[in-house]
Amino acid sequence: MSAGEIVESFVVPVHPHTVLAPDLNEGWGKLRQAYDDAAQIIKDSEADLLIIYSTTWPSIIGHQLISDPNPEWVMVDHDFHELGSIHYSFNIDAEFAALWDAESKARGLQSRCVNYRGFPIDVGSVVALTLLNPDNKIPAVIVSSNVYADRSETTVLAKACKEIVRKTGRKAVAITAMSLSNRMFTEHIEPENDRIHSLKDDEWNQKILEFLSAGRLEDVGQLSRTIQQQIRVQKVVNFKPMWWLSAMNDNRNDLTGKVLAYEAIHGAGCAVVNLNPAHSGFGDKEYDEDDVEVFSGERGVLDTINTVETDQSDGPALWEPTEAEGSVNTNSAPKPVGAYPHARKVGDLLYLSGVGPRQPGTNEIPGGPIHDSNGNALNYDIKAQTQAVVDNIARILEEAGSSINNVLDVTSFLIDMDRDFKGYNEVWAETLGKVGPTRTTLAIRALPTPIAVEMKVIASI
Amino acid sequence: MYIPSAYDIGNILLACNMAQGEIVAGCLAPHPPHLVYAENPEQNEPVAEGGWEQLRWGYERLRESLKDVDYDAIVILSPHWQTYVGTHFLGLENFQSLSVDPVFPNLFRYHYDMNVDVDLAKQIHDKAHSAGLAVKMMTNPDFRVDYGTITTGHMFRPEWDKPLVVISSNRSRAYYSVEVMQEMMVELGRVTREAIIESGKKVVVLASNSLSHRHFTTESEIPEDMSKEHITSHAMHLWDMRIIDYMKTGQCQRIIDEMPEFTEQAIAETDGGAFTWLLSTLEVPKYPAILHGYGTIIGTGNAIVEWPVYRYKEA
Ligand SMILES: [Fe+2]
Repeated sequence: MSAGEIVESFVVPVHPHTVLAPDLNEGWGKLRQAYDDAAQIIKDSEADLLIIYSTTWPSIIGHQLISDPNPEWVMVDHDFHELGSIHYSFNIDAEFAALWDAESKARGLQSRCVNYRGFPIDVGSVVALTLLNPDNKIPAVIVSSNVYADRSETTVLAKACKEIVRKTGRKAVAITAMSLSNRMFTEHIEPENDRIHSLKDDEWNQKILEFLSAGRLEDVGQLSRTIQQQIRVQKVVNFKPMWWLSAMNDNRNDLTGKVLAYEAIHGAGCAVVNLNPAHSGFGDKEYDEDDVEVFSGERGVLDTINTVETDQSDGPALWEPTEAEGSVNTNSAPKPVGAYPHARKVGDLLYLSGVGPRQPGTNEIPGGPIHDSNGNALNYDIKAQTQAVVDNIARILEEAGSSINNVLDVTSFLIDMDRDFKGYNEVWAETLGKVGPTRTTLAIRALPTPIAVEMKVIASI
Repeated sequence: MYIPSAYDIGNILLACNMAQGEIVAGCLAPHPPHLVYAENPEQNEPVAEGGWEQLRWGYERLRESLKDVDYDAIVILSPHWQTYVGTHFLGLENFQSLSVDPVFPNLFRYHYDMNVDVDLAKQIHDKAHSAGLAVKMMTNPDFRVDYGTITTGHMFRPEWDKPLVVISSNRSRAYYSVEVMQEMMVELGRVTREAIIESGKKVVVLASNSLSHRHFTTESEIPEDMSKEHITSHAMHLWDMRIIDYMKTGQCQRIIDEMPEFTEQAIAETDGGAFTWLLSTLEVPKYPAILHGYGTIIGTGNAIVEWPVYRYKEA
């Protein structure tokens, strides 16, 4: 299986007019034609996955992913209900959604899959999927836009997605369902009178499209905050879709862009834009912010047990994993506390350095640390810690092209055998116990960070 | 013996019809789906182990308080039917479907069956139109009623035996400012009141919104685990208490005056206009409201408050 990739990207408009009323206004008809052209480009690309980031699906608890394999319902727009109803029945790749969800969590994001009959799929996603995938042949995933998310969170969301695209070898199309300027007329207008709400909105839209047609996606990403201030009605804290799409394209500035249409829908700036990964010869990326792999923002408001974060000044320093022949290192495992790699490959065998429960990026300890920075003992959850160890092992093995199912031998270290053996053993039985490696469990006095469990693993490739 | 003529009978009927309608009560009736979830009504699919009792008992007290008050219809404005092109009104007699909360689908999947007082809706619509507001009747039978309306509708009157008038939340706050939003909502409240009086009906008006509205960005494993529930910050608490104090002491004009700061600083759900509209339908009450309950839902502040117009109306 070859590594997966993003084969095409699109910006598409959200309002239902392109589906329900393309004949009522010339511009709406042009947008519909552009949508149809985009569907043809997708078909020709032989893509096997459509990924939609929709700005009309706001979420609060992290990001949400549709994971109902066949969501069906009738969508009526909150504003434009008189245009009619859109019946939908989509083909969703629930497996991909589940993998993306897990990868997002591993990278410190809140995330969840949504699989409920009758879940109201948002207008942007319904319009985009209806028109881009008319025969429903290509499976799709849909992700929400978190109202509180900023750039780092949105970027990590995209990176988690790309990671799964890569691992599953998919040929994916990345789509943002969005308006450019989103100010609509606040009163009814006759279709023939539709136009961009203001000249200023129009000029900004033109500028964005000039960048996009030159393939300068990352530049638009970097302008997102300005765009939000200039031409966006402030419904959410930021204009995020360009951050997501840029990260899906490795923050490149030299894509091959083409504006298929730009028209008004009830005053809002609506465009269909195609971005192809072929290099256009424009400038390389000049990335303006930290290139984040994991999210480490405000979390754990609810849990007293988890709020005590590991103070790095108190614990040992973190090291970059070392590189030598056969070493395997990953950003989705916690940083070492010394000069060693995450794993080393010898022949068909993989030797892993001791793996603890610390979370990649945040360094947080699921289930809480065993003591605070003053050394006062804290209540911690051994089961959560053990599960986090197993998850970290799985990620390292996957990075090495192996899997948790190939674990051969494990040496476990517990700092409190009396207190913790039972909980540790329960999680073991549900995870590695099912795989069946040999196991030795030892009690030791301490581990270098405030954790209660660590495992040393040997696996096959 | 006097035998009334057909002309006289016509006049008598007209006089009866012209009996003045009235708003018998107004309430702040927030819509966190968590409350319906915790009640475990047969219409909702998920099952809970209770939770958010302070607010659910608050709704119990509100229902008890209005038990002997007679009324014909409920008028409700919910911030989750968000419209940018004017203010819309449900315009068909009945809506039935499944309402799934897009944010908390794990908690709220409710099978609803509600009747609409289309005549009253149309009367308010027409009056608002005459007053220069952009309005539209919603007559698409496939339309799904928003979960805010359903939640408030259920918590206020789980029998669903009174027809509703459902008004959308015009997002003028997002388009312009809190000030412009308030101007429009004061006007909408005024015409709502006039239309109700002219309709001859007795009506309860409900604003379906929270106060401070900063959510947690995580959800506990068991959503109804009350050991995890608290206000997101002290500042939010202070704002909520300030607004509640104004309500309890009959200082509603101050609420309107401070609405821009409150809405901004407490990220309050009053941005949807429902609260301003409600106060306007009640002519910005100077008498004390009854606080039936206050509690937080995933960090947001919610108060259940009644303005007992029936007690204060002039003889
Ligand atoms: Fe709400």
